[in-house]
Amino acid sequence: MLEQLPLYQQAILTLAALVMFTSFALLAQSRVVPMIHVFAWQGLLVAITTGLVAFDSGKHDLYISALLAVLLKALFVPWLLHRLVTRLGIDRDEHGAEHPATVLLIGALLVIFCYYVAEPISELSASVTRNTIAISMAVVLLGMLMLVSRGKAVAQVVGFMSLENGLFFAAVAATHGMPMVVELGIAFDVLVAAVIFGVFFFHIRDSIESLDVDQLNRLSESDE
Amino acid sequence: MNDWLLALLGTLLFVALAPLFAAWVKRVKCWLQNRSSPALLQPYRDLRRLFSKQVVMAETASPLFVMTPYIIAGATLLAAAVVPFIAVNLPTAAIADVIVLAGFFSLARFFLALAGMDVGTAFGGMGSSREMTIAALAEPAMLVAVFTLAMVASSTNLSTVIDQILAQGLVLRPSLLFALLGLMLVGIAETGRIPVDNPATHLELTMIHEAMVLEYSGRHLALIEWAAQIKLLIYGVLIVNIFFPWGIATHNSVTALAIGAAVVFFKLMVLGALLAVGESVLAKMRLFRVPAFLVLALTLALIGLLSHIILEVG
Amino acid sequence: MSTSLLLAVTLVLPLLSGVVASAADHRPALMRGLVFPLLGVAGLMAVGLGGHALLQGTSETLVYPLGLPWLHWHLRVDPLAGFFLALIGFVVTAVSLFGPGYVREFEHGKQSLAVLGFFTGLFVSGMLMVVVAADAFSFMLAWELMSLSSYFLVAYQHRNAANRRAGFLYLLMAEVGALTILLGFGVLAGFGDGFSFAAMRAAPLTPAWASIAFALGVFGFGMKAGLVPLHAWLPEAHPVAPSHISALMSGVMLKVAVYGFIRFSFDLIGNVHWAWGVALLIIASITAVFGVLYALMQHDLKRLLAYSSVENIGIIFIGLGLSMIFYGTGFPLLGTLGLVAALYHTLSHALFKSLLFLGAGAVLQRSHERDLDRMGGLLRRMPWTGLFFLVGCISISALPPFNGFVSEWLTFQTALQVPSLESGVLRAVIPLAAAVLALTGALAAACFVKVYGTAFLGQARTRRVRRSNEAGRGMLLGQALLALACLLSGIFPTLAIDAMANVTRSLTGQVLPAATAKGWLWLTPISADTASYSAPLVFVGMLLALLAWAVVNFILRPAGRVVTVRSDAWDCGFGPLSARMQYTATSFSMPIRRIFAPLWPGQADAERDARTGPGSEARQTRYQVRTGDVTWKWFYRPVVQLLHATTRRVSRIQTGNLRHYLGYTFVTLLLLLWLIT
Repeated sequence: MLEQLPLYQQAILTLAALVMFTSFALLAQSRVVPMIHVFAWQGLLVAITTGLVAFDSGKHDLYISALLAVLLKALFVPWLLHRLVTRLGIDRDEHGAEHPATVLLIGALLVIFCYYVAEPISELSASVTRNTIAISMAVVLLGMLMLVSRGKAVAQVVGFMSLENGLFFAAVAATHGMPMVVELGIAFDVLVAAVIFGVFFFHIRDSIESLDVDQLNRLSESDE
Repeated sequence: MNDWLLALLGTLLFVALAPLFAAWVKRVKCWLQNRSSPALLQPYRDLRRLFSKQVVMAETASPLFVMTPYIIAGATLLAAAVVPFIAVNLPTAAIADVIVLAGFFSLARFFLALAGMDVGTAFGGMGSSREMTIAALAEPAMLVAVFTLAMVASSTNLSTVIDQILAQGLVLRPSLLFALLGLMLVGIAETGRIPVDNPATHLELTMIHEAMVLEYSGRHLALIEWAAQIKLLIYGVLIVNIFFPWGIATHNSVTALAIGAAVVFFKLMVLGALLAVGESVLAKMRLFRVPAFLVLALTLALIGLLSHIILEVG
Repeated sequence: MSTSLLLAVTLVLPLLSGVVASAADHRPALMRGLVFPLLGVAGLMAVGLGGHALLQGTSETLVYPLGLPWLHWHLRVDPLAGFFLALIGFVVTAVSLFGPGYVREFEHGKQSLAVLGFFTGLFVSGMLMVVVAADAFSFMLAWELMSLSSYFLVAYQHRNAANRRAGFLYLLMAEVGALTILLGFGVLAGFGDGFSFAAMRAAPLTPAWASIAFALGVFGFGMKAGLVPLHAWLPEAHPVAPSHISALMSGVMLKVAVYGFIRFSFDLIGNVHWAWGVALLIIASITAVFGVLYALMQHDLKRLLAYSSVENIGIIFIGLGLSMIFYGTGFPLLGTLGLVAALYHTLSHALFKSLLFLGAGAVLQRSHERDLDRMGGLLRRMPWTGLFFLVGCISISALPPFNGFVSEWLTFQTALQVPSLESGVLRAVIPLAAAVLALTGALAAACFVKVYGTAFLGQARTRRVRRSNEAGRGMLLGQALLALACLLSGIFPTLAIDAMANVTRSLTGQVLPAATAKGWLWLTPISADTASYSAPLVFVGMLLALLAWAVVNFILRPAGRVVTVRSDAWDCGFGPLSARMQYTATSFSMPIRRIFAPLWPGQADAERDARTGPGSEARQTRYQVRTGDVTWKWFYRPVVQLLHATTRRVSRIQTGNLRHYLGYTFVTLLLLLWLIT
């Protein structure tokens, strides 16, 4: 039961719930700059959770992961995205989903679904963080939902990055982190992805004069 | 018998202090906006003045129009009687649990909306229509938050809930955190504060609560205003006493009651200041943005519920 | 007199009233003097008989030497049947008080009073017999009697083409439903070796066949009760019948379907499975919220009430679904709570929906108006009807201390007990259903503020409404009876729940020990710590609070001055307000229509048409919103298309060539020979 746990373990659970909340906030947020801020907060929360898990499990390499997460997810990538949208001049655009309420409710159902799926897995584990497996899975799926429900490229990139946050969180929560090499590799991948996305934004905009991914349908060969 | 007397006194105190809380919120708001504020006793003077003024009633008003202020004030008074204010475990708290409490508010709202339509002006109907719409959307969010609370404390009786939370000590519960946030948003919508409604406006096209009471005057208006102030205080007391119950009197000794009173005053002052800050920072929303606001409240409450189920029990 | 005889008299009296009514065309006074009194006596007898079985907890099986030679009629009055018998009887009594005044309208009309009276008698008798039937044969017989006679009542004003269409739709769907019920009984009878309920109860069903029987039962009874998407007949048929018949159909006939469902799944199938409960909970939640949203969009008063019946059936089935989940997962006590909640809402809905339909009938008779957008100000013209209608509105909006609140509160309390369930997903899904229930309740309140506000408050919008006056004394008495029952069953829930203990005991062997453990004053469904509600104290408290404010008012007002003046309403200084400036029912529901827009396909077009008038200085602007039922598009049309496609395929064997037909016969013969070897 919750009240018998030490305070920092309670904090891990609370932070996990907050991470889930930021995912919902990303789903609901329609303006670009606040969306990037929420994303940065999510990165920070994930990083703090990692730090607490490191403290809880006594694995010191998790501290490095936490530090990496702060630098990359909470500071660098948001900064990069922020710079991008300012330079693209879309920092005041509204990129909302078509039916935000429906999307949020689907999100809630996804969480229940994740819980259903993750229940047998979490029963195998005895650690405090076993219950957060469902949450991290939900963060992944909510990121995917964001990819599906949003039409604008920037929102999709944020969705993708938040999906990656979910994967990272899952790794931390389920197995107390992946091997350092893998983690460094993924961090590097994300970094490269962020840069490449940035380059692509400019190219997409130059070639189809919009960042609306639905416009990419025109590239299809089939006639409509 | 002693307990009943104490409950009665608590209720009287509650009703007497409600205008003060409204005045306090207004005062902090004035400070924040660099205005000089009215005296803290101003709402009392307003009420007194309204009670002594003559009532001007529309020709088309029916008996329901006259009855409504009394029913609203009565239902709100009853609601105030079942909310643990300074002490828990009062006998009145068992009369109604938190769902019945919501029922009292619904009853008051039902009659207020009817009274809005009674005279047959466009404003009244407009206010009623909007009020009922917003209430309908706020209800699921409120219920999910209440459910979360009830699942944490395995009870819907307010004093049992508070006892449970006191007994558990300081526990960091994600569910309660989100339930608190959700309930605060619902409270803002239900009590008609910024950004959902503006209690200070009489701009025709934006008002909700004021549109329904437009035809009221004199003592009827006084009752309605007072009831609105009591309702605001009830929401405030619910939030501070359920989520931060520490300090509330658990037995009926004089010292415990005195401490309870002092603590609840302090907590309410903080909450009122927070409300004032929120009202100063935010602008009133368009009516059709309100659903998004309430969906946010519902999402918060749902996250609270789900995190209780996933993280706290499983 | 023995129960056997009493029951026979109760069932025959309505028939007798129908027979007497056959002569009413020549002597209309018969309706007042004999037909309705006979119905009333039958109603009272049903209340007595049912109440006795309910309170004593006895079950008596009676066999009448009627029907098939090898299968005599089995009738059984057990507490469940008693509960519904009393319910039907009470509403029939109220209707028989209301009826004489109401049917005067038809005395000089084109339609025959005899037809109305005759089929009313058959209808009531059929309903009473359904709930006491104890074998499949007499059940189906009574069921068909009820369905067919109500068809004639729906099509009573048949000169209107829309009514004929509604009647046909009703008949079609009632028969499809009856067919599935028959199949469901067939499954049970196949395993149980006999058509009597006793044999079916003992039937050793495999889980798969039990599920099939359950699905057939949900379909058949759900069609009669009006579960979405099988509700389509309901908003068409209920409004077109004469109002006192609408009251019987909405208030009681739907309850007979609920009875059938409870009897079929809880009693005959027995061992409920929790997954059935989940399926039912989902359907019921959709039904509830769908019904109320569509009710909000209506401006025909009786149609609105019919959609609201759909909503309330949803609430009842939410309770039943919860009950099944808890029974199926091994929490019989909580399952019983859900069942009690459902039964309580059945009671509440029967009372307040009949009341509202009778009120609507009184309004219809006096103002000849069914359209809310043309009413207004009726409270001053019909003060008593207005008062009783208000009671109905408060009850149906689930506001304390009336009865609708008690049943919703019990349903919430049932849903709140999810932490005891083992499955985490159920723990997460049930609160969602409860949130839907909360939304439904609040929308229902909005809906009935709209109804009362536009019909009874404000100013009259048409001359006919302005000239209307109070309904007759009998009509008021019928409404008063129901209104009083609404209030009493709201204030004394513990007594009603005590009475229901026998129903649940006979049905599942369980009672709620804690519900009334702290005396009649306190309703504590699980335990006093978990939740408590004291309706009598709330009522007294309400009165005291009113008194308190009156005292405050007395203290604070200055002495010796008359302080009320009447004046014009505030008109922004522009000149007199007219009745047409008021918010109509359509404008009242506009925000909700906009928020839930995807539910009403096509409504946006209607609005656009209204805007593009001829030129900017149009002399007359019409604004009309049509909100068709979306299930026609999403459910019925695909079904019909599928049916058409299938029949087209089947019709291919109809080649018209004689030798082909002979060939079919030949092949069939060969097949049969092969089969029997």
